[in-house]
Amino acid sequence: MAAPVSLLVEFGGGAELLFDGIKKHQVTLPCQPEPWDIRSLLKWIKQNLLKERPELFIQGDTVRPGILVLINDADWELMGELDYKLQDKDNIIFISTLHGG
Amino acid sequence: MAVSEAARLRAEIGRRERELRALRAELAAALAAEGAALPPLPARACLGAAEILRYSRQLVLPELGVRGQLRLSGCAVLVVGCGGLGCPLAQYLAAAGIGRLGLVDHDAVETSNLHRQVLHREAGEGLPKALSAAAALRQLNSTVQYVPYPMALSPSTALELVRQYDVVADCSDNVPTRYLVSDACVLAGKPLVSASALRLEGQLVVYNYQGGPCYRCLFPKPPSPETVTNCADGGVLGVVPGIMGCIQALEVLKIASGIGSSFSQFMLMFDALEGKFRNIKLRPKKPDCAICGDNPSITSLQDYEAFCGSSATDKCRTLCLLPNEERISVEEYKKLLDEQVPHILVDVRPQVEVDICHLVHSVHIPLSKLEEKNEECLKFLGKRLCEERQRNNVKTAFPIYVICKLGNDSQKAVQVLQALPDRELGSILAKDIRGGLMAWASKIDPSFPQY
Ligand SMILES: [Zn+2]
Repeated sequence: MAAPVSLLVEFGGGAELLFDGIKKHQVTLPCQPEPWDIRSLLKWIKQNLLKERPELFIQGDTVRPGILVLINDADWELMGELDYKLQDKDNIIFISTLHGG
Repeated sequence: MAVSEAARLRAEIGRRERELRALRAELAAALAAEGAALPPLPARACLGAAEILRYSRQLVLPELGVRGQLRLSGCAVLVVGCGGLGCPLAQYLAAAGIGRLGLVDHDAVETSNLHRQVLHREAGEGLPKALSAAAALRQLNSTVQYVPYPMALSPSTALELVRQYDVVADCSDNVPTRYLVSDACVLAGKPLVSASALRLEGQLVVYNYQGGPCYRCLFPKPPSPETVTNCADGGVLGVVPGIMGCIQALEVLKIASGIGSSFSQFMLMFDALEGKFRNIKLRPKKPDCAICGDNPSITSLQDYEAFCGSSATDKCRTLCLLPNEERISVEEYKKLLDEQVPHILVDVRPQVEVDICHLVHSVHIPLSKLEEKNEECLKFLGKRLCEERQRNNVKTAFPIYVICKLGNDSQKAVQVLQALPDRELGSILAKDIRGGLMAWASKIDPSFPQY
């Protein structure tokens, strides 16, 4: 049984607009048999935080193209992407890339 | 006597040097206009007295010094986009004494640009931005060569253009151009300093530099067009691209002078609301990248508008969600108003835009509230419908006209209204007004504000 995990989940670059415009979410993931990873976090976000139009955030089991995932200020590619095992107090950021100038 | 003769000769040499520089700049612009290759910047062994004075405050920095300044004067920088990022960037590069600035922009100066595109002037409205920027920069530093390209960067010309420059700054405002610039830089082997800004946030990365990743390494797939917001739709506080453009200029200067950039394989994120900068460590260059990887599948420039499913030059997307018979023009709506046909006009823009301007007889219900079927809003609309039905004694489906800024959100709102069960609002006939309030302003009421 994995212990509950507390995370600071942040949205930016406009991705926060899918979450009532709120950029910072202090969340506690409940105990579950498997350890929490980014894959299961995305499912949890879809069920608990995401209100409208989930396709603008999640496609399949991952984030849509154009959203960068950062784990403790590092690109998630460096950390194992969907398989990264979440640690208590982790800071996970979902940032939509900007194109304006 | 001898002293004044020497002074006269010095002044004469100075005058001729300025003339020569001006001629070289004219030649570069003329060659560019003919589509011919630019001559390389002349190699220089030392700085003149005028340059030493002009750049003295940065020359005394040991990090730059005479060597760095000479490198700047021998460096050609291509600026893609002369807007909110490109203006401050080009201004600082020109002021610092970069050798040559290529200025690409297909657009013309508009009044709504002036809050952030700080090289353009009120009097320059309607001028091509590339020319307007070059004229302003020439007044700042006449010793730099400016090469305006008043055209869109296209896959057929981009590679040849990028090859003629040493560093590229992506100051563009759309996804297809970002992929085009990045691919051209990879194929030509040039470092790319890329920045972007929207609302109150900015991002910056240096791509294809010293073995670091390219844009495609980071974003192998383009975002779908409906997830992309531009400055016209999302808004932008002018100083935010200003800040990003300045940092972009800094990185260009560091690369050009040989100091080197801090943002290869790093992204700088700026949140203006929180006053926070964040430095993000990015993935390295990807061996399986389609263009910079070990076995690239892309070896020439492509059709980027098709790849991204969006246009590089359109200011706004125009959606076509409703059939013609469910839309009316502003002229038709004006006629209906004049004839006092009973109806309700629903404005579905966000509150902040309704505060800017609205039609006095409209009912305001933001699209977001409609989409979430907000109970309070539907009740309010239902009540208004009921009143109007009774007042006008209408028994048939009651007409609702929906308006927004440009006629995209109004179509979405009509679809939401149509999908409501009859018990919510009773029988209604919802249509949207094509072109929205901006069409109203341009075709019906010139005194109505445009934004
Ligand atoms: Zn790459």
